[in-house]
Amino acid sequence: MELTKGLIALFLTMILTQNFILAKFLGICPFLGVSKKLDTALGMSLAVIFVMALSTAVTYPINKYILVANNLEYLQTIVFILVIAALVQMVEIVLKKYIPALYNSLGIYLPLITTNCAVLGVVTLNVDNGYDFIHSLICSLGGGVGFLVAMVMFAGVRSRLESCDVPKFLKGLPITLIAASLVSVSFLGFAGLVEGIFG
Amino acid sequence: MAEKKSLGKEFSKGIIIENPVLRLVLGTCPTLATTTSVTSAIGMGISASIVLICSNIAISALRKVIPAKVRIPAYIVVIASFVTIVQMLVKAFVPVLNEQLGVYLPLIVVNCIILGRAEAFASKNGVLASAVDGLGMGIGFTAALFVMGTIREILGAGTFLAGFGGLIGNNFDGFSIPFLNSNPILIFILAPGGFFVFGLVMALANKLAESKGKPKAELKGCENCPMAKICNVRDKVEGCDKKEVEA
Repeated sequence: MELTKGLIALFLTMILTQNFILAKFLGICPFLGVSKKLDTALGMSLAVIFVMALSTAVTYPINKYILVANNLEYLQTIVFILVIAALVQMVEIVLKKYIPALYNSLGIYLPLITTNCAVLGVVTLNVDNGYDFIHSLICSLGGGVGFLVAMVMFAGVRSRLESCDVPKFLKGLPITLIAASLVSVSFLGFAGLVEGIFG
Repeated sequence: MAEKKSLGKEFSKGIIIENPVLRLVLGTCPTLATTTSVTSAIGMGISASIVLICSNIAISALRKVIPAKVRIPAYIVVIASFVTIVQMLVKAFVPVLNEQLGVYLPLIVVNCIILGRAEAFASKNGVLASAVDGLGMGIGFTAALFVMGTIREILGAGTFLAGFGGLIGNNFDGFSIPFLNSNPILIFILAPGGFFVFGLVMALANKLAESKGKPKAELKGCENCPMAKICNVRDKVEGCDKKEVEA
């Protein structure tokens, strides 16, 4: 019971107060790049959730039983990025061959995700925080869902922005960033919420 | 003589005309995350620049050895190795910086500026030109971080260069700004302030570029992205011309 409570609290924290995009600035490139349309935002986020959970599940045993067991912690960065890159490549090949429909909707985002800081970020954060397997997995799932929430919300904001009369020098990227700042302010309102419920 | 002139050009383009952060819109994650204080901004800028210069040199030297098909994984290995070296050096000699940058130090691996320069420049040019390109881009990156960090630290904490002594090994603790020091506008060092200041600095850069007759910075989606050639999303993103990328 205590464990379940802790896991739910961690999951909510990752979505609301420690949101990957809006509080930790991980994965800003796709946030600004593919959030123009709702369907691309959704596809990208679902692919991110999948890759984040999968790479956490794969890197955790590698880290624990190969790197830490042999005092090779200093190789973490290299090993993690290579494992993620290889994993993404393999998932892409498998999807293309066996589930072409899924490949067409999600698979096309996979190569972009290799160099997405959110994925390497969550794996590194799990190690830094010393989470066990189940906490790591929940942390990455929560991070992924938080990514989805921020992307989908922001896609809505951006579609409104299209029809606004913006001062000339703010057009394009600057106003997008300022809009992101306001979305981020709204997420500040969640501070203390999780502690309030579960504390 | 011609050689010398073009080297100067490679160097200076990274600082202003093709500033990686403000003009090419690359490396946005560290720009937003590490500019809460000038000290960590400078630390991040220097660490990333060292990795950039070293990986540019190594990739340019190996450009005829690396097969084209596996070049992206090969670049990632080279970059990750240098990041690991920098990480170990920072941990050993500047532990304060390691604490400040935290997870963003290993994340230099996925900084688009570094992979982007490897793909766009170092894989096509000589060692010397690549080193100079890396130096210019590194200074441009550090300068943009410095500007962002200055605005955010002065407004958000009321200090300037606080804790800088930790970086260079003495007890210099920066300057405190009167009034703002006791009444800091905290939101500037929180996440929303990062987006806001970045937006305004970008607007200013666009304004300056416009007065010089240059096009304004635009997230072109793919043109600057190192993954452009292997990625398929560009068909779905507006303004992403497949032919343009492949040309």
